[in-house]
Amino acid sequence: MAGNIFSADFVNAILRMSTPILFATLASGIASKSGITNMALEGMLLFASLFGVIFSSLTHSFLGGLLLTMLIGGLIGLALAFFILQLKTDEILAAIALNLIATGGTVLLLLAVSGDRGASTSISSVSAPIVHIPFVEKIPFLGEVLSGQNLMTWLALLAVVVVHVFLYKTPMGLKIRAVGENKNAAESVGISSKKIQYIALVLSGVLCSMGGYFLSGGYMNMFTKDMSAGKGFIALAASSMGADTPIGGFLVTMLFGIAQALGNLMQLTTIPTELIQMIPYLTTLIGLAVYSYTVMKRKSRLGVH
Amino acid sequence: MELAKETVLEMQHIMKIYSNGVVANKDVSLELKKGEIHALLGENGAGKSTLMKVLFGIEPPDQGKIILNGSETAIRSPQDAISKGIGMVHQHFMLLPSLTVAENIILGVEPRKKKFFIDMKQAVKAASEIAEKYNFDIDVTAKVEEIPVGIKQKVEILKALYRGADILILDEPTAVLTPQETEELFVQLEKLRDDGRTVIFISHKLDEIKRICDRATIMRSGKSMGTYNVDEISTNDMSKLMVGREVVLEFDKEPAKPREVLLEVRNLSAYNTQGVQKVNGLSFEVRGGEILGIAGVEGNGQSELIDAITGLSRKYTGEILLKGEDIRKESIKGIREKKLAHIPEDRMASGCASHLNIQENLFSNQYTDDAYSGKLLLRTKTIQKRSDELIKEYLVKCKSQKQEVGMLSGGNIQKVIVAREFSTGPDVIIANQPTRGIDVGATEFIRRKLLEFRDAGCAVILVSADLNEIFSLSDRLAVMYKGNFSGVFTDVAHVTEEELGQYMLGIKNDHRKAGAAK
Repeated sequence: MAGNIFSADFVNAILRMSTPILFATLASGIASKSGITNMALEGMLLFASLFGVIFSSLTHSFLGGLLLTMLIGGLIGLALAFFILQLKTDEILAAIALNLIATGGTVLLLLAVSGDRGASTSISSVSAPIVHIPFVEKIPFLGEVLSGQNLMTWLALLAVVVVHVFLYKTPMGLKIRAVGENKNAAESVGISSKKIQYIALVLSGVLCSMGGYFLSGGYMNMFTKDMSAGKGFIALAASSMGADTPIGGFLVTMLFGIAQALGNLMQLTTIPTELIQMIPYLTTLIGLAVYSYTVMKRKSRLGVH
Repeated sequence: MELAKETVLEMQHIMKIYSNGVVANKDVSLELKKGEIHALLGENGAGKSTLMKVLFGIEPPDQGKIILNGSETAIRSPQDAISKGIGMVHQHFMLLPSLTVAENIILGVEPRKKKFFIDMKQAVKAASEIAEKYNFDIDVTAKVEEIPVGIKQKVEILKALYRGADILILDEPTAVLTPQETEELFVQLEKLRDDGRTVIFISHKLDEIKRICDRATIMRSGKSMGTYNVDEISTNDMSKLMVGREVVLEFDKEPAKPREVLLEVRNLSAYNTQGVQKVNGLSFEVRGGEILGIAGVEGNGQSELIDAITGLSRKYTGEILLKGEDIRKESIKGIREKKLAHIPEDRMASGCASHLNIQENLFSNQYTDDAYSGKLLLRTKTIQKRSDELIKEYLVKCKSQKQEVGMLSGGNIQKVIVAREFSTGPDVIIANQPTRGIDVGATEFIRRKLLEFRDAGCAVILVSADLNEIFSLSDRLAVMYKGNFSGVFTDVAHVTEEELGQYMLGIKNDHRKAGAAK
């Protein structure tokens, strides 16, 4: 088994499994930094994976499909923002509603569009391309890891950097962080917190939809019912453990990716599968406990004795 | 100091009446000169804050005008005020702890490079330049959460200066500072003044005003008592102008018949939530059958003292003995079971559950009592009967006992709270501002109740900003100043308000004299 762990396949598996979660983690981070918990990631992923299949088949192009899916993602983010900020719905309730709509809505929509039940078998969608890097792919191990990844995986890694720069180097990023930390303080210097939170939720929707696109156009080549399978919630945990920063979220997501890939590998051993399937969720649980413990310690260090 | 300085801003005949009918400013005028530190002096509730809210665009005035640099202007919002060169440092800082000092300073007015990015280098440079100019020793790249309170205040001042403030409002800036930090702040304020800026210094600390202010405008109950050159007016006269009371409502009360000691505080030092020491080694006792009135300017440790006695805060050293037993280890419920009742300062925040009905509020401190609760369910009939009795006895004006408490008037809410607290038959009553902001009828009623309980042998501590109340109810009167009693009077009838004012403001302080001997 040790041999398996140190193989390029294993690293590939980590990256592949992390990609959708990574997008969603970044999406969660932006929303959280603006002061809103985006618990609707799960539903956003699911919607995006269905629309990805539909749009890429309509446009016969990967890029057209992706861009339209991102548009839909932004619109869902906008709708969520409208409920929370304009109609003052509780953010958790609005998210639950959106997630429930996604579960049933995607199945219904699929049936209406294609007549398929539960899986988009009759839609000929276009998946994201695999990136082969000439020359590099000939290098043993490194070549196998770097080359042959899905384009969306590269975009996810790129997104980590872009979101980091956005949050920490641009005026808009500073405003998002300011609003999330103390609305009153931000408003006292003339920042409209509502506008900023709208922007953050739309961006969150766009990012999350990219993860959804990968689910049905990369990770798999079709849409299946409930294919997000809790990834939105795992991302929520990953982002919070990473202190809602892009880099932190990235590291935690990789950790989850390792746990998941390890779980897959261990299914080859004699350990009962039920135990193995627990691994990703157990990692989340342990991770969250460790995280909240460090936060508590830090607070008591800064606070009064 | 040259004599004829030009006027930068005038507020003329400002009138502000809040929607609840409180007249906060009555025909107040204020004139500010270029390059002066101008004190705005007055007790809590005198209208200083309202006047500054009008100036900073937070509250629109009902009447009066503002003249800035010779022309009449309207200030519609804080942003508007900032753009007109007025900056304000609030008592509660408007800073973002996780950001750096420089980021806080430039927030909302970020310098940019290549259009999309913050020019952090430029920001740090600009921030440190202003800091240097006014001798602010600050590392602008440090995170705000890591710097002490004194520096945070400087960040707020820098923030205002970075936005081009020529007039700087400081709302009780020294309240959160140590003496050393205060001294440092003063040097910097003088530098700002010499640079031609105008500083409005809100305070009720006379020694500080004497120390750095050029002129002072004194306010009392919404009116201006005049503007004076600080070196031409004595602290005594200032305190006389600032502290005064209206016609006294006398109660014909029996002389107190003090009995055994019910509450004893020994060498108490208490700390606020930020860890700042607010009570310094205070000792006193209260006997059954007497009312100990505690006067004092807000923020001199009264809240921390009350929080310690009622068990709300355990950030204290020393001993608090309730009927001879130390209460440090007692829960709040345990303390209440020892027959201590507490009328909290803020009736909406901690006095009642405003969305619950009157009945539920009346029983929120005794619903576990066997008389009102069975093993599983509440005894609704008993509770209803008792509620009706209490509503009658305490003259609560309401439609029914099922009415939401938040819908009642302030006076009636307070009566519900008082009814709840007093219906347990307390031996010790802690009343913190029991009649603040309520109508005359309810005030009178609550004061009479306090006297009734005193006569029945209750020990009462009354903390109040209303001198009238303090004078008419107290059997002994203590003045709290900087965490201790600056004066304790047993002959309340012969204390003059002038004298009281001097103790409240620390001009006279028996503790400091006696302190060494103890």
